[in-house]
Amino acid sequence: MRGGRGGRWAALVWPALLLLCLIPGVLPALIDPLGLGEVGTPERPLWQLTLTHLGLVVLASVVVLALGLPLAVAVTRPGRDALRQLSETLVGLGQTVPTFAVLALAVPALGFGWAPTLLGLIVYGLVPVVSNAVVGLQGVSPGALDAARGMGMSARQRLWRVELPLARPVILAGVRTSTVYNVGTATVGAALGAGGLGEPIINGLSQQNTALVLSGAVLAALLALSLDALMALSEPRP
Amino acid sequence: MIELHHLEKRFGDSFAVQDLNLTFPDGELTALLGPSGCGKTTTLRMINRLIEPSGGQVRLNGQDTRALKPEALRRGIGYVIQQVGLFPHLNVAQNVATVPDLLGRDRRATAARVDELLDLVGLDPDTFRHKRPGELSGGQAQRVGVARALAADPPVLLMDEPFGALDPLARDRLQDAFRDIQRRLRKTVVMVTHDIDEALRLGDRVALMNAGRLEQFGTPDDLIHRPVSDFVRQFLGEDAALRQLAGQPVSRFMAALDGASPLPPVAVEDTLNARSALAVLLREGTDRLTVTRGGQAVGTVGWADLRTSGPERP
Repeated sequence: MRGGRGGRWAALVWPALLLLCLIPGVLPALIDPLGLGEVGTPERPLWQLTLTHLGLVVLASVVVLALGLPLAVAVTRPGRDALRQLSETLVGLGQTVPTFAVLALAVPALGFGWAPTLLGLIVYGLVPVVSNAVVGLQGVSPGALDAARGMGMSARQRLWRVELPLARPVILAGVRTSTVYNVGTATVGAALGAGGLGEPIINGLSQQNTALVLSGAVLAALLALSLDALMALSEPRP
Repeated sequence: MIELHHLEKRFGDSFAVQDLNLTFPDGELTALLGPSGCGKTTTLRMINRLIEPSGGQVRLNGQDTRALKPEALRRGIGYVIQQVGLFPHLNVAQNVATVPDLLGRDRRATAARVDELLDLVGLDPDTFRHKRPGELSGGQAQRVGVARALAADPPVLLMDEPFGALDPLARDRLQDAFRDIQRRLRKTVVMVTHDIDEALRLGDRVALMNAGRLEQFGTPDDLIHRPVSDFVRQFLGEDAALRQLAGQPVSRFMAALDGASPLPPVAVEDTLNARSALAVLLREGTDRLTVTRGGQAVGTVGWADLRTSGPERP
């Protein structure tokens, strides 16, 4: 019991560290002793870049869930095995195309900025969400489903009252994976002018300023760890 | 009353169930017995339309079940399966309340009903109400399964191998408990089983199926003493009569005390099953036993009493 509660509080360590690093001056002061050079003053404050980054990732996750969950539900209805296999192939294909290619291909269609980045994040984020949701929905115990049907639940009632609640932990794990991946993927978006924590990394690379690169990387990593830890809280404890 | 008229189910070219005509009497437990693949589960599932018949008719209290929406039909019929199928994300009380909730019954009345049912199936409501299915033993889970099926007080109960997944001890206990419940509630029960002992023990009537057809329909006595075919005789086996005795307490066979003749020296408890009483007779090499209840003699039993078939003697 105490271990469980301790585990819950530990989840707040990463968000706390992230917030600490976002206090102006704190991160440069931490990086300075490494002797990598001056972080300097970025055009936009780090907290603003972090918020932009977070906004992109969260927006992508919301869209991914809104698209992925109905897709997973649709292909797991009885008698749709062929459709399910097709969707798994297509979604899997999405992940084999390199990130940068998706983003670059989206630019001619959507222009520079956050739009192509969001599209890339959605394409990548769909994979774990759809595959987890399919696995979760297929893993619902046949006994529970038969009982639900035999007691007179309609297909819709079975979905909302039995299938989705039982598949929820697996679905949430998929959303968590997708979101955490996308924190990393979203840094690439800076190359397209989407802003976010990729900006200090790209600027740092072009200015050969390792300290600047590091500041962006550290914040992106802390953001990923924070989201991961916070989303773990929503999962039921064993 | 459930009536099956020329009921059939075809899968491709083969018949799972063929020209089945059967009437399940009100207030009785009918065991649908047969080897695996004989069509008994298909028959059961056609009653609540989990499987749609390819031909023929199912009538519930005279009404063709096709006239009802499947969901409405099923909410009016209790359903218990071997895998139990409790919803693991809901607690015991919520599981039991499933059908009353689907029917939109009053929450408070349902909560009282849940407690009543948990009592009925032998689970203390205060202890079990808030437990999750994962915290229950197999026997406890199936007790909840039975309570859930009874929650909306349906007149008809369909049970598919309800005690099949339990260990022998838990199965015995649950069969006993269910027999008591059924004696009180008098539901119209159709129970699929491949277990001859269970069919003879719990069934008021037994419908023995083979290869999609009805082989014999009758009381356990009918099947044991008046089998209509070699299949029936072979399926029940040579020791069918012993099996039937095993399912009944010796008190059902005993003769009343006449007060005049002296009591036999060997005594057995009245809750002992009749087959064990027969074994005691054999072991002791005696002709009669005293039957006691709580140490008090209540009757005697001998070979002839056990030979008569079953409690309802003509």
